Amino acid sequence: MTSNFDVAMSGDSPPVRDSGIVLEDVGIGFGAFQAVSGIDLEIAEGEFICLLGPSGCGKSTVLMALAGFVAPNHGRIWLGGREVASPSPDCGVVFQNSDALFDWLTVRQNVAFGPRMRSVAQARQREIVDEYLGLVGLRHAAGRYPSQLSGGMRQRVQIARVLANEPRVVLMDEPFGALDAQTREVMQQELDRIWRAHRSTVLFVTHDIDEAILLADRVVVMTAGPSARVKSSYEVDLPRPRQESSAGFAELRSRLRADISEEVRISLRAQGIDPERAAA
Amino acid sequence: MTAVAERPVSAVPARRWRFRGVAWTVVTLAAGLAVWTAVAWWYGSALVASPAETLRAGIDLAKDGSLGESVLASTRRILLGWALGVVVGGPIGILMGRVPAIRRLLDPYIEFFRFIPPIAFVTLAIVWFGIGEMSKIVLIFYTSVFIVTINTIAGVLAIEESKLRAAASLGANRWQLLHAVVLPAAIPYIVTGARLAMGNSFLTIVSAEIVAADTGIGAMIWQSRNYGRIDWIFVGIIALGLLGFVCDRLIRIGAGRLLRRYGVKV
Repeated sequence: MTSNFDVAMSGDSPPVRDSGIVLEDVGIGFGAFQAVSGIDLEIAEGEFICLLGPSGCGKSTVLMALAGFVAPNHGRIWLGGREVASPSPDCGVVFQNSDALFDWLTVRQNVAFGPRMRSVAQARQREIVDEYLGLVGLRHAAGRYPSQLSGGMRQRVQIARVLANEPRVVLMDEPFGALDAQTREVMQQELDRIWRAHRSTVLFVTHDIDEAILLADRVVVMTAGPSARVKSSYEVDLPRPRQESSAGFAELRSRLRADISEEVRISLRAQGIDPERAAA
Repeated sequence: MTAVAERPVSAVPARRWRFRGVAWTVVTLAAGLAVWTAVAWWYGSALVASPAETLRAGIDLAKDGSLGESVLASTRRILLGWALGVVVGGPIGILMGRVPAIRRLLDPYIEFFRFIPPIAFVTLAIVWFGIGEMSKIVLIFYTSVFIVTINTIAGVLAIEESKLRAAASLGANRWQLLHAVVLPAAIPYIVTGARLAMGNSFLTIVSAEIVAADTGIGAMIWQSRNYGRIDWIFVGIIALGLLGFVCDRLIRIGAGRLLRRYGVKV
């Protein structure tokens, strides 16, 4: 509402298409600390973007600003032709930690939360929930509570809960970061499958190079913080589902690794650690 | 197959444990009664009523109806005042926890009044609300409301940020956030506050009834003094203890049954 009004008032036209994301010279800071600055990024509708960078570089901060949880102190963020001002159901978020689930609600009720908030009719709610629980393979667990699920299942619930709201954009903040290696691998394949079935616009934050190549249409690499910015961008032109053993995968992996390790070294030096001496 | 095999193995120690628990309770109670009897015998019935005398007095008071009437009168006041305290304290705590402006506004008053014991207000309560039921209920409310409020605030502040953010990005508006996320997430803290408030209510009811009441357990204890009936006082004290125990058990069982999915552990 407010953003519509702002748009009308300022006479600005949104820079691109209806459903994509545009970040224009975005800076986000907390007090004297500038986490990211000068971020320019365009994400087309239906595109899967992975935001990759050394830990602590501000990847999640960008995502939080897109979700409307923190306001940028510079630049503007557009989502589907509207400037982002506050959290909205247009923009679903899958959090790294599954304590974002509502412990007092069953799996079914968690997934129905968005439709319930938007006063969708009961019968339609049931249809939606069944559809998305089926998509993430959790129909059998619909009556359980989050505390009765494994970590991987809880993240599936989070994904279903966000998709059930049919957002324009899905933001994922290292959703598999807290899972064990085997579960993570399964979940990556599952997400790839779900995304191919669903084709929503996704911004996925990770520090795992293989995960990024496996999932993304485009991998965007960020520099080390503070004042992190976009460093480079790689189109991933490999057929899905992708094989980590394929030549194209390996080639892209080594390019990304070289690109990132430079930033990791910078970030380690900023923390007072000499990466060359530490490695020796 | 393991589940089937495990059941008989684990059931026997569980039953034995439960039996041991009951046996220990019986032993402790018997020991307590023995000590009480010994003390009563040593000091004589003019100072300490023995368990047997207390029981006899209790039966007498129950027969003429005054014990039942007292218990009923006190219970009614406690339940009304306490329920009012929970119903008012919970929402105030949620608002104070969520809206910093309201917290800043009310915090000094909460921090001031919660240190003033209700007994300090007994006289004022009678002057303002009369000698009838109202003054007692107000005092019980007073003793309940702050502790529920403070516990609720703690519960609201303990809610994970990611839950609130998730709800907001799923489309919950402010009001929906309060009743669909904040309230359910704070329920374990509210229940803890309610249990503590129940304890406070029992501390308060006696002083309120001693000053001004012709019914209630407090009044019964006070009037016994005029008749020099130590055994009646003992009946009143035992009745208070048992009533408190029963009330707390009822809250625990009720909360445990109805609110278990909210993470209430009792």
